[in-house]
Amino acid sequence: MKLGILVNEGPFTHQASDSAYQFTKAALEKGHEIVRVFFYHDGVNNANKLSEPQSDDRNLVALWSELAQEHGVELTVCVAAATRRGIKDELLAAGFQISGLGQLVEAGIVGDRLVTFGD
Amino acid sequence: MDEYEDDEFDGPVKKFMFVNRKAPYGTVYALEGLEVVLIAAAFDQDVSMVFADDGVFQIKKDQETSGINMKNFSPTFRALEGYDVEKVYAEKESLEARGLSEDDLVIPVEVLSSSELAELMDTQEVVITF
Repeated sequence: MKLGILVNEGPFTHQASDSAYQFTKAALEKGHEIVRVFFYHDGVNNANKLSEPQSDDRNLVALWSELAQEHGVELTVCVAAATRRGIKDELLAAGFQISGLGQLVEAGIVGDRLVTFGD
Repeated sequence: MDEYEDDEFDGPVKKFMFVNRKAPYGTVYALEGLEVVLIAAAFDQDVSMVFADDGVFQIKKDQETSGINMKNFSPTFRALEGYDVEKVYAEKESLEARGLSEDDLVIPVEVLSSSELAELMDTQEVVITF
């Protein structure tokens, strides 16, 4: 199945991006295709390479980057949501890119399912 | 909000339903959600909008936001028609619970009961809730 993933929360206040990461990883392991992971609202904070969780905490930004590297998953951050939150190209962790909301709509169109994680 | 309006897309058309469940102020979901609706419409998708729960307050008339230093974005809903977003629904139970009627809203809506909305939702291909 072709899946689009929408992440609407940042990595620390809500569990949504953890759940999205676990879901995406499990889907890939089951042989599903991920059209892209799209980060919106505070979800854009998942892309911030300056994020430094404490050493006994999981580092979700790094985990997303690993997922992109290992599986070629496209990680797309909404430009409008990112810009107002100060997430710019120079802050992006490996594997993330900034693009428009059209990429979210396109994921809905070409995917068999669009799965949302957030409030 | 207008920067991707010129996107050309010749692909398939899907039924997108946007379910707005949150109050217009207090969190950013309503404002940023509306941006996605306009983009989906610019991609010529078959767009429906639903207002339910506190989401019905998003389209309440006479919003006065200067006291909270937020932009009143309710006039943007009146632009939906220009984007060919004409399927706009409000949940009957949500309106009633908040003492609202169609006359209190900035745009015309079709009022549907919770069960009617559930049936409509079942016919959609992509449902995004903000």
